Order: sequence, then structure tokens, then C-alpha cells
Amino acid sequence: MIPTAFEYERATSLDDAVAKLAAAGGAGKLIAGGHSLVPLMKLRLSEPTVLIDIAHIPDFAGIREVDRKIEIGAGTTHHDVATSPLLRERCPAVADAAAVIGDPQVRNRGTLGGSLAHADPAADYPAVMLAVDADLHIKGSKGWRVVAARDFVQGVFTVDLAPDEVLARVTFAPVRTAAYAKLHQQASRFAIVGVAAALEVRGGLIASARIGLTGAASSPVRLSNVEAALGGQPASSETAAAAARFGGAGIDDLNSDIHASAEYRRAMIPVFTRRALDGALARLAG
Amino acid sequence: MASPVLPKLVGQRVKRREDPRLIQGRGTYVDDVKITGMQHLAFKRSDIAHGRIRSIDTSAAEAVDGVEAVFTGAQIAEFLGPMPIGTPFPSPDHRAVASDVVRYVGEPVAVVVARDRYVARDAADAVTIEYDPLPVVVDPEQALTGQPAVLHADFPNNAAVGPLPSGTGASPKAVDDTAIDQAFAEADVVVSQRMVNHRLAPTSIEPRGVVAHYEPGKDAMTIWSSTQNPHILRTFIAALTGLGQDQVRAIAPEVGGGFGSKINIYGEEYVAAALSKRLGLPLKWVEDRSEAFLCTIHGRDILAYVDLAARRDGTVLGLKLRLVADIGAYNMLLTAAIPTLTMTMASNVYAIPAIRATLTEVFTNKTPTDAYRGAGRPEAIYFVERAMDMLARELGVDPAEVRRRNFIPSDRFPFKTQTGAVYDSGDYAKALDRALEKAGWEGLKAERDAARAEGRLVGLGLSMYVEVCGVGPSSGLPTGGWEHSQVTVERDGRVSATTGASPHGQGNETTFAQMLADQLGIPMEHVRIHHGDTGVVKQGIGTFGSRSQAVGGAALHLAGGKVKKKMAKFAAALLEAHEGDLVFENGTISVKGSPSSAKSFADVAGYAYRPVKLPEGLEPGLSEEAFFEPSNNTYPFGCHIAMLEVDRDTGEPRLLKMVAVDDAGHLINPLIVEGQIHGGLAQGIGQALIEEVAYSDDGQPLTGSFMDYAIPRASDFPRFELESTVTPTPVNPLGAKGVGEAGTIGSTPCIVSAAVDALSGFGVRHVDMMLRPERLWRVINGGQA
Amino acid sequence: MARVSITVNGRKRSAEVETRLLLVHFLREQLNLTGTHVGCDTSQCGACTVLVDGRSAKSCTVFAVQADGAEVTTIEGLADGDRLHPLQEGFWEEHGLQCGYCTPGMIMSAVTLLHDNPAPTEQQIRDGLDGNLCRCTGYQHIVNAIQHAAASGSGR
Repeated sequence: MIPTAFEYERATSLDDAVAKLAAAGGAGKLIAGGHSLVPLMKLRLSEPTVLIDIAHIPDFAGIREVDRKIEIGAGTTHHDVATSPLLRERCPAVADAAAVIGDPQVRNRGTLGGSLAHADPAADYPAVMLAVDADLHIKGSKGWRVVAARDFVQGVFTVDLAPDEVLARVTFAPVRTAAYAKLHQQASRFAIVGVAAALEVRGGLIASARIGLTGAASSPVRLSNVEAALGGQPASSETAAAAARFGGAGIDDLNSDIHASAEYRRAMIPVFTRRALDGALARLAG
Repeated sequence: MASPVLPKLVGQRVKRREDPRLIQGRGTYVDDVKITGMQHLAFKRSDIAHGRIRSIDTSAAEAVDGVEAVFTGAQIAEFLGPMPIGTPFPSPDHRAVASDVVRYVGEPVAVVVARDRYVARDAADAVTIEYDPLPVVVDPEQALTGQPAVLHADFPNNAAVGPLPSGTGASPKAVDDTAIDQAFAEADVVVSQRMVNHRLAPTSIEPRGVVAHYEPGKDAMTIWSSTQNPHILRTFIAALTGLGQDQVRAIAPEVGGGFGSKINIYGEEYVAAALSKRLGLPLKWVEDRSEAFLCTIHGRDILAYVDLAARRDGTVLGLKLRLVADIGAYNMLLTAAIPTLTMTMASNVYAIPAIRATLTEVFTNKTPTDAYRGAGRPEAIYFVERAMDMLARELGVDPAEVRRRNFIPSDRFPFKTQTGAVYDSGDYAKALDRALEKAGWEGLKAERDAARAEGRLVGLGLSMYVEVCGVGPSSGLPTGGWEHSQVTVERDGRVSATTGASPHGQGNETTFAQMLADQLGIPMEHVRIHHGDTGVVKQGIGTFGSRSQAVGGAALHLAGGKVKKKMAKFAAALLEAHEGDLVFENGTISVKGSPSSAKSFADVAGYAYRPVKLPEGLEPGLSEEAFFEPSNNTYPFGCHIAMLEVDRDTGEPRLLKMVAVDDAGHLINPLIVEGQIHGGLAQGIGQALIEEVAYSDDGQPLTGSFMDYAIPRASDFPRFELESTVTPTPVNPLGAKGVGEAGTIGSTPCIVSAAVDALSGFGVRHVDMMLRPERLWRVINGGQA
Repeated sequence: MARVSITVNGRKRSAEVETRLLLVHFLREQLNLTGTHVGCDTSQCGACTVLVDGRSAKSCTVFAVQADGAEVTTIEGLADGDRLHPLQEGFWEEHGLQCGYCTPGMIMSAVTLLHDNPAPTEQQIRDGLDGNLCRCTGYQHIVNAIQHAAASGSGR
């Protein structure tokens, strides 16, 4: 398949990317790894007229810890996230999610920022971003702003990003007791249901919990009823089992396709919530 | 004079000679062919499943810079006739490019000729078409009511073929049900089940492609195509372009897999050839994967109402199969014939005394079906083996034992089944025993039961199969069922051989060289096998129906024997010996019993090409050809065993163990045979677990890319465990039966039976494929499968 | 149109290309490096896999302009003169291919696989091939081929 024609520009800095986007006046589209965008362009489901390549902006990729927060540049590849020693040590759930995206070649090119900005409802990252309560740092013509992950996705393939804005980096406080569990679609490897759980455990009790869900519904959501059921309870598998049962209730925009009906997806939410919680609890010991 | 002793190569695991070029990226596939001045085709295709074309506007496409020409279906019809089929069944008019009505999503409606493929795609997208939509029918049983749509006016109720009866008491003129009715009347047990052997996409990793180059100065056409049968391609291309077969040269370069889908001659090939002739330009078309899912034939899609009658002791008395084949919108080359093979193979490995099979083929608004690896036989084996499994469960008998009770005994071959197949040879009990032993059947059962005691859902499946291979006598194929070979000993003693079997991964360059090296007593490195080019290979049929070795190999063996015989006459003259006393080995021809009396193979070859004293009755030269016409098909068989676990929470099936014992007669190269079986198993397991072509009710494909149609990945499988038994066939001089499709046929039912076994605690008797996690989850949760 | 300069198999190649030209078509059509194949439209099959700056990438999902300034290695650049790469040896030795169409991409993926993990388990090899589809072999001989290369110390 062949994409339609476009103009191509390379941004040399974030400001340059913003300027080029502004100049394109809404016709511009950012490309980094291109692994969400290029297949759509080849199928002519996306026909941007100006492509602005942000992959070569200095310091656009990278993972570091700043003031007890993890900062991941939007241009960081899934592979680099999946294999980051820092993440493996401080917040392995994020690396786990990156490690099950697509396949090795996709992970070598695809980027965190690209995946988040594309907002495929079956993508893996959104669930963990919700679970770690990430902040998304966005640069635009009017300067910087920060959007919480839970407010970023507005619908299927729709996010809180103006035509002249660039998602530059993601920050979050690392949570070691967190995990991601996924039922993958056999063909595409996207998530039919993906659940990320992040727990704060103090003195054997779950002080707080954040559970992010992807794949099941039209956009990623927090499972607040599960979170509520976990709060203050002993950090145990029994607690996880009991709380996970609340997963899936109250979600009314479940996806349904040939791979999985809405009913099945609803039933899988507690299953994978339980698995994510068990995975998080298993990290208490480690 | 003494040379190292050459090992016998037949039967050895010889590394492939094809590989050095392929592992270095030096193979030439059709998309690698470039010709000066070559232009590219792109097709505008229907995006609706059924509709009448009201108007086509090509002006915007013609205005795209770099566009040479745009043709509508009506314009093409002025110089290209309807596409022929290769079966005797009645067929509706089928044009390479539709001119009035479109009947499936993806059907070509217009074609663009342009400078490069980018421009061609832009222009094809710029063609605008208005349709008057017609009602759509996708369900084959509904289609048989004639509502809401009839696809072809000459085929009322969309019945393409039948109902066509076969089996006990059935002849083309009359059907006598006495025996089958009697069998069911006497039965203690009858198991009945509706089963679907669903639609698949063949999905060779190389999509289809064609380069057509008509040279006006020569009034001749060369056509490169990713095809399994260049000679058949040549026949049909010549017929439709008004050229003689002498004017067309067809070349199958490296072919990146076919699995039956590249037997067909497709509309795009006819269009490329016809337009090349008309425009006097070389033209290329290469399929996109998205097009492949729409426009390359699909496979399977037969549903069956199965009734199996038996005595309480497990003896099968009768089988009824009512088959409905959803063949899609048109007949392609072999479309109508494929489901008839399901009837032919309905007896499987069993001596079933009464069989009634009835086949109806139905047109629906979908992509046409045709041969996909196994082609009609996997469906038969699936229906029968699932029914046998249900019978075993009903009787509480071990599934291996109920099968054993019904085997055709090994001393009853050749055996004619009730549906007319004449099995050449077989020893089914031996295959079963080897498989049970290899798998450790009793141990597996204990393992399964122990897992169940822990609450895990583990199941075992076993299936027996026999398939029809080495296709086949000319009576069964409109193209002829022979194969051809020519073996030439060159002046320097090296050997060039041609084969009409046109490989696309089967490794004939290796196996055929092994055979000739042994036959002529020369190093394999001195033998070269030519194939896939009608300009080099004088005659041929092609590669399908697991026929390369059994028919093509046999032709090669005959031609090799002829040239050896002639060479012996030259050697006899040189050595002043009797030709019957000569030994061909280690690159020499010597007199039996007196090894010092010898000439090198090369010296004898040189003499044959400059026979200063020509032996009486001989012509110079060493080049002999042979056509091999088999007396019958071959019938390889085997036993497959699977162990599978279903995740209780999600319904996800996971294959834990896969054992395959296959009997393909004598094996030339066990390494290559293993590869064929592995690949077949992968496709058969893929059908059971993850592959399914799906359509919406309005005929829109829901599996139009690898985003939605899964084919197996490496991580889907455990290590396969193989073994073979050897029961030679008497129908060819090699005793080889063919192995290309075996794995695909045996594996599918045993996977499904293993899943049903795993879920037997939930009272389920049968689950239709594919075994989507949700489908199994529903069984676990008490819903309908 | 845009000017690109890409180092392919160690040789710098410059050309004027359409911006929408896919890297795989740049390699195949402009450089005649036809060992890299196209098998799908949606980044699943992996037949087009090459190394971009040392890591496996699907060249049908990269525009040539994106690779401007990059180093690309294709199957044609893998052997060291006449000496086959250990993975090529492994695929030959273990019958890791039939039709050969997926093979170049499969081998290039395996290069990165063994680079990251020179002594993989069988399961790690199978998982590491998630981005490459083969329809002929059922993968078993491919796994053997990669094990063969790993045993010969191929993670170079």
C-alpha cells in the first residue's frame, strides 16, 4: 500500500517543532517512530499533508530520575523503556507494558509519545500511565502545560493536544509494587483487555491503589470501584481477589468486535485486574 | 582413476541447494523482475459486496501525471473474454474486471497503467464509481433459499452445484438409500452434529504478482508469475490473449509460497497479459496484502450435517454427510471440484460399509474459494474424526480404540471405499501404535487426569487421517495428471535435468539432484535441476496435491533411467563389454567384477557427443525425456496426537504437546519432509486456534489485514514431535506418496478434540472452530459454544 | 522531493526521493537491493526487516526521509565477503527456510535478537520472532537455526 504525498520537515528543537506545527496551520502531523502513523498512511486512513519529524530533536529521548520522579522523553522507544535498568529497578510495571507492545521491531522504532498521542483504545501504555498517575508535559505556541494522564485521552484516537502542541515528556512518581496484565489480540497483539495496578503498601496494608484499564472500552479508564475496595485492606491475594470482582462493573462503553464481545471483555476485566494485582503484590517481596 | 566412494544420497538429510541464494537475498521473486520501459498496474476494486455499476468516471485518474491509460471493465471486455475454469461444472460468466455487477468486496472494476506503483495507486484511488446497491447474502444456507439475493440469474437459489449425491448405492442417474437406511436402522448409537470447517486465507508471505512482456517484434509474450504451475498458466494465457502456446513463455521465478492459492490463474494475470499485448509495454502488478485478503482465493468453508451410526461395540455401520460448501461469488479454476474431494475422502481410514454423502455448493457475496493446502480432504477428515471422537465419548471408549476397531485391515489393499476412492496401500494400526507409543498415550492420560484433579482444564485429542496425494491420473484432471522430465548428460559429464513440477519451497532442486546422483553414480554437485520456465522445461503440469515427488520425481526417475540406459550402450562400446554388466558409481562406469576396466562418466559423455565410431543403432547425444502417468493417486496417512490446556478464567487454549506420525511411503530427504510436516501442522493448528476469515452481514470483510487475521507465530507452538512409518505405494517406481499436505489434514481435528476433552466436564460434545478464547470461555460459563 | 543520504551496507548512498517513498522501496527500487521483501501493509509480517542504526526495523514502516543520515544493513550486507554470517549458516544447516521469502527479514530480526541475548532459551527465541511471520516452516527449523548460530557465538 502506498501513502498519499506530503511535505516532510525535520524539527531541530521542540520550539522548532511547535513553530513548524503552527506554520502548517492544522495540516501538520508529528512523526517520531511512525509505527502508529505510517501503517494508517499506507492504508490511506490518514492523509496528512505535512509531516514534521521530531525523532531527531536532541534530548527528546531518554529516561532519568529527577527529584524522585521518573522522566521519560516522548521520543523514547518502547525497547528502551522495556529494557531500562532504572525502570526495571524503580517502576518495573512501565517496562513490562512496553515489553508487550507489538513485536521487537515495532518496539525498536515506536515511541512512548507517539503511542500516547495516537490514543489507540487498545494500546498498552495508557493503562500504566493511569496507574502511575503520570503527568504529560506539553509544549505549544503558548508555552508549557501539564496534563494528567487521566485527563489526556478524550475519546477514540482523540487527545487533549492542540494542533500546535508537542507532547514532550512524561513524569511520574515511581511505584515498585505495580504490574501490568494483558489479554492480547492474536493478530495485532494489541490489548483486548489490559490492566495495570499500582499499589502503595504501608505496614502490610494497601494505603492507596490506582488501577488503569485499556483495550476494553472506548478509552482508558481508572477502575475506581476496585481502587476503593482495596483501600485500607491487607496486601494479600485474598484482598486482590475480592476487589478484582468489582472490575468491569459500571463501564458502559465496552468495545465489541470479532475478537471479543463486550460481554467477554467485561468478564475479562476482573480476571486481568486480579492478575495485575497479584503481579504487583508479588513485587512486595522483591 | 579411483575416486572417493560417493555416499548414497536418497534417504539422507541433505542440506538444500536452494538456500545459499535465498539466505543472502539473491533469489529473484516476481517483484524483483525489472524490464526497461515497464509500467505498473493498479486496480480499482469494489468496496461493496453486491451492486450494479451505474457509472464510472476515470477522468481524474487519467489526469494524474504519469498515467498511461485507464480501462474500465467494459473496455477490457472488448478484448478479453470470460475467465475459464478447470472443472466440468457449469459456471457463470466471470470477467477479470467487472463491467456490470460486482459480487464481492475487492472485485476489480477498473485498472490503471502508470509510470510507477505510487502513481498507479494514486490514479486508481481517483477513479470514482457509483453503484446501485443490491441485497447481500453471506450465509450459505440462507443463500440456498434464494433470498435476499440471487448472485447469478442462471443459478436459481444460488446453487452452484448439486445437491450431488455420492456413496453407497449412488450413481449419476439414481440414488438407492436402502443400504444406508439399513445401517442406521441397525445402529445402537447414532451421533449427529452440525459442524463448520470455516473459511481461511491461504496467506503465502509473498503475495501474488505478475510481469507480462509482450514483444510486438517477436509477436511473443513472456509472463513471469508467482505461480505453482507455469505450464498451465501458459495454456490459459495463450487461450485468452489469442496467442498460440508456442508464442507464450511462462516463468515462475522464486515463488514465495502458494499453499494452493497460486494454482489459479487470476484476473490480474489475464489483464496484465492482455494489456501488455494491447499497449506493447511490459507491465507489472504486485498484490498488496490488503488485496490478498480480498482477492486471492480463500480455502475451506464447508459446513456439514454429520450422522454416524455404530454398534455398541464401536463398529461403525454407516455415515451420512450432508455438505454445504460456501464457494463465494464465482467459480475459479478448481473451485467446484474441491468440495467433491470431501465426499471422496469421507471414509477416512475406516472400512465404513455404508456412506451417503451429498454436496451442495452455494454462491455468496464473498471472495471465491479454491484449493488451500489439503483442499477438500481436511474438511472430510475433520468431519469424520470429530464424529469418531463423539462416538468414543458417547460409548465411553478410548478414542484410539474406537478408531482401531474400524480400520481398513492392512491386508485389504488396494481398498475401494464406498465413495469410490481406491486406496493404494496402508497400515493404519502401525501408525496408531507408533503415535501412541511416541506420545506415551497412557502416561498422557494420567498426566491429564492429574492436572484435572488440580482444577486445570487439560485435554487430549487424537486423529487418524488418510489423504489423496500424488494427483493424479489424467482421468482426474482436465489438464492431464502426468508429469514430465528431461535428463541431459552434458558433454563434460555434468547433468542438467528439467522437471514440470514447479517448486515454491519444496526443495526439488535438492531432492531431485539426490535422486539423479544416486541413479547415475555421480556427485550431486554435478547435477542441476531446472524448473519453472516453459522456455526451458518442455512440458509440465505443476505443483499441487502433494504430487512433486510421487509424480514429478517418478518422471525424473524414468528419464534418468532412459539416459542411463543409452549411456550404457556408449560405455559398452568403449569398454567392449556387455551393457548389462556395467556399474555406474563414483563418477565412473565400470564392468562388473573387473573394476580396472572402467571409463569416467565424463569420458563416456564426451564420446556420446563425438561418437567417431557410432555404435550401431544409436543416435549421438545423451538427452532423454519421460512422461509419467500414474495409475492411481497415492494415499498417505498418519496419526496425530495433541495435548492442550484451556485457561479456566479466559478460555485461552494453549497447545502443550503435538505428536505427528506420518506415513508418506519412501522418503527422499527426511530433513525436507520434516519441514513440510512442520509447516502443515502449523497451518492445521492455525485453523483450529487462531485463523478465520470473517464477514459482516453486509459482506464487508472483517479480517482484511494481519491486524485482524492471525497466522501462527513461533511463540504459538511447542516443539513438534515427529516420527514416520514407511508403507510404500505400488503406483510409482519410487514408492513415495507425497507429504505436502499431511500436517494440515491430521492436526486440526485432534486440536479440537483435545479442546472438547479439556472442557468435557462442562458437558460439551463439540465446539466449532476457530477456538476463540471467548468461545471456550462461554462453554466454561455454561453458555452456547 | 527530498535529498537523502543513507549509509547502506557500509556505503553512503545519496538520492533525490519522493518524501513518501518507503525505505523498503528505496532499497529495492533505487538501490536494487531486492533481498528485502514486502509481505504486508500493516507492520506484522517482518519480511522487510533491516537494521537501522544497528537495530531491527520494518523498512515498510519507515519513510526513506526518516532514515536520512542513518546506517542501514540489509541481508545483502550481512555476509563477510564470501563468509556467511553464522545466522545464514544456521538457516542453511538446519533447513530454516522453504520458500525463502520471509528468510531475509527473519535473519535480520535474529541478528538483533542474538545481539541483545547471545544465549537465548528456546522460548526467548520464539518470543523474539513475534515480529516475523513464516507460513512454510512451522518455525521449528528456524528456532534450530538460531540455536545453531547462538552456539557458534553469533551475537556479534
